[in-house]
Formats: sequence, structure tokens, C-alpha cells
Amino acid sequence: MSMATGPRAADGERPVFKPDDAVRISVRFPVGHYRVPAYVRGRHGTVEAVIEPRGIDNEEEAFGRNAGSKRHYYRIAIPLAELWSDYAGSPKDGLRIEVYETWLEGR
Amino acid sequence: MQPHGHEHPDIPEPEDKPPGYYEIMEIAVRELLIEKKLIGPDEIRRQIEVLDSRTPALGARVVARAWIDPAFRVRLLRNGRAACEELGISFYDDTQLIVLENTAAVHNLVVCTLCSCYPRPVLGLPPDWYKLKPYRARAVREPRAVLAEFGTFISDDVEVRVSDSTAMVRYLVLPQRPPGTEGMSEQQLADLVTRDAMIGVTTVRH
Repeated sequence: MSMATGPRAADGERPVFKPDDAVRISVRFPVGHYRVPAYVRGRHGTVEAVIEPRGIDNEEEAFGRNAGSKRHYYRIAIPLAELWSDYAGSPKDGLRIEVYETWLEGR
Repeated sequence: MQPHGHEHPDIPEPEDKPPGYYEIMEIAVRELLIEKKLIGPDEIRRQIEVLDSRTPALGARVVARAWIDPAFRVRLLRNGRAACEELGISFYDDTQLIVLENTAAVHNLVVCTLCSCYPRPVLGLPPDWYKLKPYRARAVREPRAVLAEFGTFISDDVEVRVSDSTAMVRYLVLPQRPPGTEGMSEQQLADLVTRDAMIGVTTVRH
């Protein structure tokens, strides 16, 4: 290995997504404790910000299991008109929601 | 019921009903934790005292400081938790805080659709309506209708931005400073700031 590559990051240490990335929230149906409400699953959004510091996986932690490596949460922006086809407010109106890295897919 | 001249027939006495499933579960877990010496009654009482010491007056201090101190406002918007800690407000629940600034172009509203996540370190316990399903469901479905029920009418050219709190981040709305408050002291400004304005269901009025 070249000495010039510098220190390597551990799993989950660096955010996978960056601001303005287009992402999709996964469609999964975990039983029990979950932190991604059903109404945003499968929806497309944009990364507004990477939330620091990293955190452990709340969903695993809730069962007392090894919550694994710390990863990032992201502040995701989704237009309300995209969530609700009959949305009656302004087309500018939007949702912001924090989503854990394991729930996000790139587009 | 204590006799004091009239009856309150609609208010049930708490001990009238047998405890429910979750109440029994909470008692059982608490007693087990005490029996196994993982926590003691003093620790439980101390935590309740911590919760009781947190009220919207703390959040109002944060807002008033941000209104009069531009450098503090910048730090607050960059890292809400660190800026609150500057004012001696600790984050005993290990959450982060994002402060959402209301402007002429954006009105922020906070909800927790899954349960009742709330910035307890700076606001104390959430109001009952915040924890109930009608608010939780409607805040993300028809926020303008919910705001109107609180007497808050947001013009269509202003973006309504709803933050759904689900995991480790809590949100505090930094309301707009009302006009006509230029000569007011920090304490007088703090007295104008209400809990509901820091959740985003109302604005601060003078």
C-alpha cells in the first residue's frame, strides 16, 4: 500500500451521501421498533444536510442488540405535494425528516 | 374528592381505574431495576426533578438572546445544542438540537409523527395535543389547516416547512421578532415568547 493514501476511514465513519444528493427512502416493513414513518417509505427526496455527529442504529438499539457501527443521519427534504397528490397548500411547502443512512438509496 | 363548593363529575379519580397494560409494565420494569440495584429511588426522583426544572422559559431565553445578539444567533443556527449549553442548558437526554429560523419566506412547524419527540431540555414536557394522533397525522398532511386552527394564517407565498422529529435530533423554532419591540430588554423580549411559538403553531405577537 502506498504511504501517500493517508489514514483510512472505518465503516460508517464518512457520510455516504452529501447535500443536494437525490435519494429514495427504502420500502421495508420492520416489525416492532422503527424510526422511518410509513408515509415517507418509497418516496424521493433530496439531502439537505448531513447531521453530525454520527449515531448508532436506534432501531437495533431498541432491542438491545449490537447496534453496529455508528453512521450518519441525514436531513431529507421532500415536497409536500410529492407526498400527497391532493395537497392543498402552496407547492413550495415541504417536509424535512431525519433518516438513517441504512434507509437511504442513491438515485 | 375534596369538597370545595362544587363537583367535577367528568374528571375521573386516577385510582378509580385498574392500571393498564403499559402502566403495569412500567411498574414491573422499575421495580426490577431497583431490585437488581441498577438504579435507586433517589435516581428516579432526581431525574423527575431534572424534567420538572425544564420549562418553556428556557427556550424563551434562548430566543430572546438570539434576537439581541447576532453572533449568538449565528452560533445557535449552526449548532443549537452547543449554543444552548452556553446559556447553561444541558442536554441530559443526549439529543442534538436543530434551530429552525422563521423568516419572511419560511414558516417552520415541528411534529413527531411516530410518538412525541420534543426538545425537552429547552421546553420541558410537550403539551397533550402534541402527543395526540390528530396533530401528529395532520401536521404533515395539512399543516396550513392545522396552523389556521391555532389562529396562524400563513400567506401562500411563504413556504411552510414541517420538520418531523423521529430519531436523535430535536427541533426548536426561532420565531420572527415582532415589530415594535426595538427598545425592549432581553427579559421583556423573553416574556413575549410562548411555547407554541417555539413549536411553530403560532407566531410571537406584541
